[in-house]
Amino acid sequence: MTPLPDAEALYAELRRAVQAAIAQLPEGSVHLVGIHSGGAWLADRLHADLKLPGRPGALNISFYRDDFDRIGLHHQVLPSDIPFDVNGKHLILVDDVLYTGRTIRGAMNELFDYGRPASIQLAVLVDRGGRELPVAAALCAARIDVPANTSINLTRDGDRFAISLETSADA
Amino acid sequence: MRNPQLNRNGELTHLLTLDGLPRDIVNHILDTAETFVPLADRDIKKVPLLRGKSVFNLFFENSTRTRTTFEIAAKRLSADVYNLNINASSASKGESLLDTISNLSAMQADVFVVRHSASGAPHLIAQHVAPHVHVVNAGDGWHAHPTQGLLDMYTIRHYKRDFTNLTVAIVGDVLHSRVARSDINALTTLGVPEVRVIGPMTLLPGGLEHMGVKVFHDMREGLRDVDVVIMLRLQNERMRGALLPSAQEYFKNYGLTQEKLALAKPDAIVMHPGPMNRGVEIDSAVADGKQAVILNQVTFGIAVRMAVMSIVAGAGPA
Repeated sequence: MTPLPDAEALYAELRRAVQAAIAQLPEGSVHLVGIHSGGAWLADRLHADLKLPGRPGALNISFYRDDFDRIGLHHQVLPSDIPFDVNGKHLILVDDVLYTGRTIRGAMNELFDYGRPASIQLAVLVDRGGRELPVAAALCAARIDVPANTSINLTRDGDRFAISLETSADA
Repeated sequence: MRNPQLNRNGELTHLLTLDGLPRDIVNHILDTAETFVPLADRDIKKVPLLRGKSVFNLFFENSTRTRTTFEIAAKRLSADVYNLNINASSASKGESLLDTISNLSAMQADVFVVRHSASGAPHLIAQHVAPHVHVVNAGDGWHAHPTQGLLDMYTIRHYKRDFTNLTVAIVGDVLHSRVARSDINALTTLGVPEVRVIGPMTLLPGGLEHMGVKVFHDMREGLRDVDVVIMLRLQNERMRGALLPSAQEYFKNYGLTQEKLALAKPDAIVMHPGPMNRGVEIDSAVADGKQAVILNQVTFGIAVRMAVMSIVAGAGPA
């Protein structure tokens, strides 16, 4: 197994990329939206570090998953919270790991139920390949290849991030 | 014997009664409802969870409010909703309940929301539907009204946060009230230490003590220091029997007035499942007062019914 990169170094890389992307967009028109849980942690910290105004948005995409018929509704973390009008805004959607692309599809469907943003860019800490949908991250700190039965987990201790691998026996 | 509401994996596949429903399932429903509440503030108030599924509202007994909130809930989940007023159709032509259900099942129903004047009708239906079909009880006879019980719990949790230090009083016609039974079951499950039941002897069923509640016939005594007052509708038809002398007499003894409410804690909330009889069980000054949360109950009811339908529809077969 290739050694995992340091999550803090990846975060610093992502922060640089997001900052550069925001600089290209009209001032005051950009909002971050994190996907629960890891993406929301990242969005919160990016929001604070980049000194953006207001609060970042957070999405819980449980109601937009495409596997509801197979797995049902599971225990909820937190409701979605979009504390700004998305109409005409440039949104940066933030997640920890990009894999099949299905979560991102669900997140985009949900965002459009709040209104019509001017644009959406995707920012992720790790792209692990394995896409099943035409989704790409414009802003990405690293590409890591791991076997299909392995998941990449982001954890948070205080304000510091760590990533680890978890292999499931039955996959 | 397995709880008929749960499937082999212990997931909620029908909602029939709150009696014996495990606390973690009740909390799962309330938590899920909480995530649905903010949808009401969005441009588009729908989520695609039940897209392509068919929800049949089967009302063998009249109801406007409950049927409408179930309909709104199902539509906000993107289900296709069919309202059947069975009073007026097949039942009057002599078709049996189970034949009606078989016919509707043949129309590819996924969820049946059932209200029936006979206690136990939703259970009977749940036993006979195909494994992928889910049944939600919208009130059966004097037995249970589980979604009303759940929305009452949601309302109490919203205002009081913690159930384990509360005193809750349920006032009125408990004998004929399926709401009261569902509320008592849920309050007990959620660990409310003191549930009081207040009403005249003729409107309280026997054996209430076995449900773990304290019985009061004097309303003033029963309301002392309570955190929550749940008023029940006095069903007018009861007045015709020998159960009560008159509406005026009832209001004098068991109607909630500001003066009686002052005996409860200052931050007590007043609930009512509707429809209200002003001047019979509740005074207008209380119904429209600061402590009343009656209209909030209606709003929360939509989120709670969305939670119930999405949880049962997502559960595996029975």
